[in-house]
Amino acid sequence: MSIFLTKDSKVIVQGMTGSEGTKHTTRMLASGTNIVGGVNPRKAGQSQDFDGKSVAVFGTVADAVKETGANVSVIFVPPKFTKDAVLEAVEAEVPLVVVITEGVPVHDTAAFFAAAQASGKTRIIGPNCPGIITPGESNAGIIPASIAGQGRIGLVSKSGTLTYQMMYELQEFGFSTAIGIGGDPIIGTTHIDALQAFQDDPDTDAIVMIGEIGGDAEERAAAFIKENVTKPVVGYVAGFTAPEGKTMGHAGAIVSGSSGTAAAKQEALEAVGVKVGKTPSETANLMREIMQNLSK
Amino acid sequence: MDLMEFQAKTVFAKHGVRTTVGAVVTTPEEARAAAEKIGGRVVVKAQVKTGGRGKAGGVKLASSPDEAEEKAREILGLDIKGHVVKILNIVPAAAIAEEYYFSFLVDRANRNYLCIASAAGGMEIEEVAHTNPDAVAQISIDPATGVDEAKAREIAQAAKYPADVIDAVVPEIVKLYEVFIAEDASLVEVNPLVKLEDGNVEALDGKVTLDENADFRHPDHAEFEDISAADPLEAAAKAKGLNYVKLDGSVGIIGNGAGLVMSTLDVVAYAGEEFGGVKPANFLDIGGGASAEVMANGLEIIISDPQVESVFVNVFGGITACDAVANGIVQAFELLASRDEHVSKPLVVRLDGNNAEEGRRILDEAGLAGLERVDTMDGAAKRAAELAAK
Repeated sequence: MSIFLTKDSKVIVQGMTGSEGTKHTTRMLASGTNIVGGVNPRKAGQSQDFDGKSVAVFGTVADAVKETGANVSVIFVPPKFTKDAVLEAVEAEVPLVVVITEGVPVHDTAAFFAAAQASGKTRIIGPNCPGIITPGESNAGIIPASIAGQGRIGLVSKSGTLTYQMMYELQEFGFSTAIGIGGDPIIGTTHIDALQAFQDDPDTDAIVMIGEIGGDAEERAAAFIKENVTKPVVGYVAGFTAPEGKTMGHAGAIVSGSSGTAAAKQEALEAVGVKVGKTPSETANLMREIMQNLSK
Repeated sequence: MDLMEFQAKTVFAKHGVRTTVGAVVTTPEEARAAAEKIGGRVVVKAQVKTGGRGKAGGVKLASSPDEAEEKAREILGLDIKGHVVKILNIVPAAAIAEEYYFSFLVDRANRNYLCIASAAGGMEIEEVAHTNPDAVAQISIDPATGVDEAKAREIAQAAKYPADVIDAVVPEIVKLYEVFIAEDASLVEVNPLVKLEDGNVEALDGKVTLDENADFRHPDHAEFEDISAADPLEAAAKAKGLNYVKLDGSVGIIGNGAGLVMSTLDVVAYAGEEFGGVKPANFLDIGGGASAEVMANGLEIIISDPQVESVFVNVFGGITACDAVANGIVQAFELLASRDEHVSKPLVVRLDGNNAEEGRRILDEAGLAGLERVDTMDGAAKRAAELAAK
């Protein structure tokens, strides 16, 4: 078991024929993902070869879904076209849409998230995220599958490279699912959504949650953990030394005023019993202790 | 990107919001000329991208051109929370009857838009929200339906704006929402929104934050770019397309991925406590890939920072494996040598992740002068801090 993504997931790729799409479709296929199609209106009816595996290209998401029964779409199209691509997937009622694209205007995200909420059929992950991997089963996005295998830790993170770092540090245990939710101001799946899903997943024993400065998602996650999560949670927050009011790469990582600081987030998490590491390695050690105690 | 007040008011005016853009000047003499042209009493306002200008002495009334010149001389060069005043906005003194607060912003928590409005304006809205929360209305906006006249009326009433200004304020709210959407702003704030003695409603001040992700739709936003205000190293980095932020410490930082780099800053500052408070000198995310050119450009910027005593390159090999990153570092050294630049400061490299062993072997064989390899993030941070403290 896992959350959101399983071995039965049938994945299509919007933007598959572009350079990023082609590169990562190759990688997703190599890690065992069941990719059933790509979408490009100008190449409808053709197929593309990925190291000997031929993948059909459809003109629209609706066609791809109708022909293949796809239930996941991974989006690699450029920022300019992302809103329309997501709206197309929402209209075709694709249950899971993973938006990898970085640099999507926040009003575009607000619009496609509102459409997904209104339809009630689609979960969006991202934008500006590395995607989601259920090791050994399926990989929807750009997380390198070689870092860690199957296991019983659930991981949810705002940051891509910190996701990889943490998976690597804990590769001896492996992961049920690891999900990068992205650091943009508006994201389709939040820490809370992932925490709820990991709590409900019988194959997840413990959860690592990685946050960073900006917004108050971690504070709200802490309140949620207090009421709803009984599994052990270990946390890490990046950005203690970030100066106020400067953006550092992630649109979400902007500190304004006192709320949203790393210290405030750490305090909120520790207040509800989440152990918070000072460095990624220390955080991994906290989780290591928990996993060793659980296996006793 | 945050706009200065006069830029925000220019954007407001473009969408028909009632406001007075006034004159923009950079010298006391220009301030005098502007005041003469406007006639009567004027307000001299410092243009800085921070709040609390009034309290810091950055906004002053002048009743004559002489006085405008004098006030301009006082305000220019003033340091307001680290922002030095270089530009002034000269506007006619308004006959204000009442002051209100108004804003639209992106609501991260509810993943839609939020309007914050209050009849209590002219002071810190955070303060009002804290001491008298009922006086500050927070109205959720559905991005799918937006703000039409009916919604604007609902907002004005929730804000408890006086009955006699509702008809005047409603069209302003609709136009401010147009600014928010059409200009791809993540924040539009008017504090104060004023009722003038003649009954009209006007945006007396403006704060706008533009979403840089939407620049492709707004070639005209390039004019708001304030290159002169940026740190020279930041400007040089930007010209090379690097994601760099100058900080105050002595350990130069290069890493891949915003989250990892931010974490690296923390780990260095944490390790630096042991060495008398050594701190990171910058944030630099070179992203995915392992291009020698990007690495060389990054190193070039960092070693040209006189505050830097040591450099910490922290890379996790994911999609781009460590061997490619190591080759990138080796080639970056060659590239710098060919530009007649040399890495004159000690460099600590931590390479971990995919193909880490091969990457480390490449670095060892290259035998680059001044380069030390430490294989854990915490250990490498400690070594870099130690070298900077020497």
